[in-house]
Amino acid sequence: MSNFSRRNFLKASAGATALGIMGVPFIAHGAAAKVVIVGGGTGGGTAAKYIKMMDPSVDVTLIEKNEFYYTCYMSNEVLGGDRTMDQIKFGYDGMKGHGINVVIDEVTAVDAAKKTVTTKGGEFAYDKLIVSPGVDYKFDGIEGYDEKISDESIPHAWKAGPQTAMLRKQLEAMADGGSVVICPPTNPFRCPPGPYERASQIAMYLKKEKPKSKIIIQDPKQKFSKMGLFTQGWKDLYGYGTDNSMIEWAGGDDNALAKVDAATKTITNGFGDEIKADVLNIIPPQKAGKVAFMAGLTNDKGWCPVDLGTFESTIHKDVYVIGDASVATGMPKSGYAANSQGKVCAAAVIAAIKGTEVAKQAYVNTCYSIIGPDYGISVAAVYDLGKDKDKGTPKINKLSGGLSAVDASATSRAREVQYAYSWYNNITSDIFK
Amino acid sequence: MGHKISLSTMFVAIGLTFSASIAMAADEAKADAKKAPAVEAKADAKAAPAAGDDARAIMLSYTCAGCHGTDGVSTGPAIPSIAGMAEDTFTDAMVAYKDKEGGKNGTIMDRIAAGYSDEDIAAMAGFFAKQKFVAAKQDFDAAKAEAGKKIHEKQCKKCHEDGGTKDIDGSSILAGQWKPYIHYTLVDVLSGDREVGKKMAKKVKAAHADGGDDAIAALVEYYASQQ
Repeated sequence: MSNFSRRNFLKASAGATALGIMGVPFIAHGAAAKVVIVGGGTGGGTAAKYIKMMDPSVDVTLIEKNEFYYTCYMSNEVLGGDRTMDQIKFGYDGMKGHGINVVIDEVTAVDAAKKTVTTKGGEFAYDKLIVSPGVDYKFDGIEGYDEKISDESIPHAWKAGPQTAMLRKQLEAMADGGSVVICPPTNPFRCPPGPYERASQIAMYLKKEKPKSKIIIQDPKQKFSKMGLFTQGWKDLYGYGTDNSMIEWAGGDDNALAKVDAATKTITNGFGDEIKADVLNIIPPQKAGKVAFMAGLTNDKGWCPVDLGTFESTIHKDVYVIGDASVATGMPKSGYAANSQGKVCAAAVIAAIKGTEVAKQAYVNTCYSIIGPDYGISVAAVYDLGKDKDKGTPKINKLSGGLSAVDASATSRAREVQYAYSWYNNITSDIFK
Repeated sequence: MGHKISLSTMFVAIGLTFSASIAMAADEAKADAKKAPAVEAKADAKAAPAAGDDARAIMLSYTCAGCHGTDGVSTGPAIPSIAGMAEDTFTDAMVAYKDKEGGKNGTIMDRIAAGYSDEDIAAMAGFFAKQKFVAAKQDFDAAKAEAGKKIHEKQCKKCHEDGGTKDIDGSSILAGQWKPYIHYTLVDVLSGDREVGKKMAKKVKAAHADGGDDAIAALVEYYASQQ
């Protein structure tokens, strides 16, 4: 009950007329507060829109490298064939309509002392900077694999875009009876259920078009997100666990990716086995996006430590980091989490500009995965700001949540697909419209 | 906001008119104010998104938008709009989900609702009651909608007044709600999977006894036709 409440409003605006908190320029002494946001994806886009919704008087500039954004979520449906690239593509006209100054340009420098962001085309001064750069990839740990190879022949497709389209084309070109090999990364990484939904979507396509084909998942991890539900779904739809299974999963150190021979699309795993793929999808281990490094916002693990109640960097004052790049202890690196963090951060930035308190935080994550036709599953959680029970360190604390029932009815699974589509429409509208 | 009468308020008011000769309207207003003082305090709030709202209510309610749409206006196809929902309807639904009475067919809401206190739910109820309901733009079959209108008038209109456009006494807004959601609800009421009032269950069963699955489909088309 703090922050924009009437009590604080009056405290913060002595002398101003009580016309309403949201519609009136708040800074008594002249120019509007300048917020610059770098990264026009889920986190940055949400923060930009919600700052404007909460206080239209704030001057918001969003800097994004690409003219269009392709959502990572639902990009697996492009691989399965149920969705086109155009159906996961979003532009920035909606944001411009909210009065956000959208700049399509590449950031070349961030100076946290001078409080400026430099792009190829200009320089932007800020009072508050929000950085939402997503993830980048650790290619250096994989022998025989690099960024160039990922762009040319062995896509990771872990940022939706041209690599997604390439992977789909490779699946279309593969002969019946071929092998698709997927190598998921070690933790932590963007979209923990993503590799397994990807395997499911590809299986859906192959079952229909190329039923003699196989999907081999070589996982460095022993366990994965929604594991019980995925394996149940694979049993129900793709013969998982039988000799004739379309999907084979193997996890642990023996199955970690050790080496890649790009020319023959052959991988060597931790045990020393060579596995030849017709279509190879390597999802490298991850770190914060490039701008986070440029701005000096990362820790020794390559992620951005933040105050979990505001998302302000613990390294640089007046700089906030949201989404996959941040260390949001307790929350997964998901689209919904980035959306939710964008809103908490927007409220915190406005509170900081006005000199008021931040309201008690509320965060949510919801994530659907589509395993096959009429077969959806979900995980959800509601959080507040708390402390780790054992260590006493700040943590985003789960208050409730959980997974779909393992024995859910067919009706339930079918409805979860419709809810997944609704979720997609609503979250993308919430950001881009 | 002041014209909404909850079931419990009605009982209180009726009780009072039997026991004393106080003007009913005054009792309603009094009982209503007592039940939900927040309504009084926020009566002057603007219709603009979140304007004048309490910061905590905003903080909580904004988390819903990722699934239910910005300010609770869903873009569909299946997750319902919750903008314009009466406070009691919202609260009753959340409590039912918390108590695992929301039906078992594929909703995550029981998992979500369990994370909120009574105060949290009241704050969100206040927020969404103030948002404007926007009828969903969706295709419908005009002939079926016409048939559905007749079924509505026979079975439903007593509680779902004005073609189901109003949320009165927990009725929810049906007109302009997304079709799959209305369909799921009716099917679940028929099967007994979703617990609703006895009266509603009886009426839905009566509609189905008269016209079978077509009657249910027609009702869905009718509510969808009101845009």
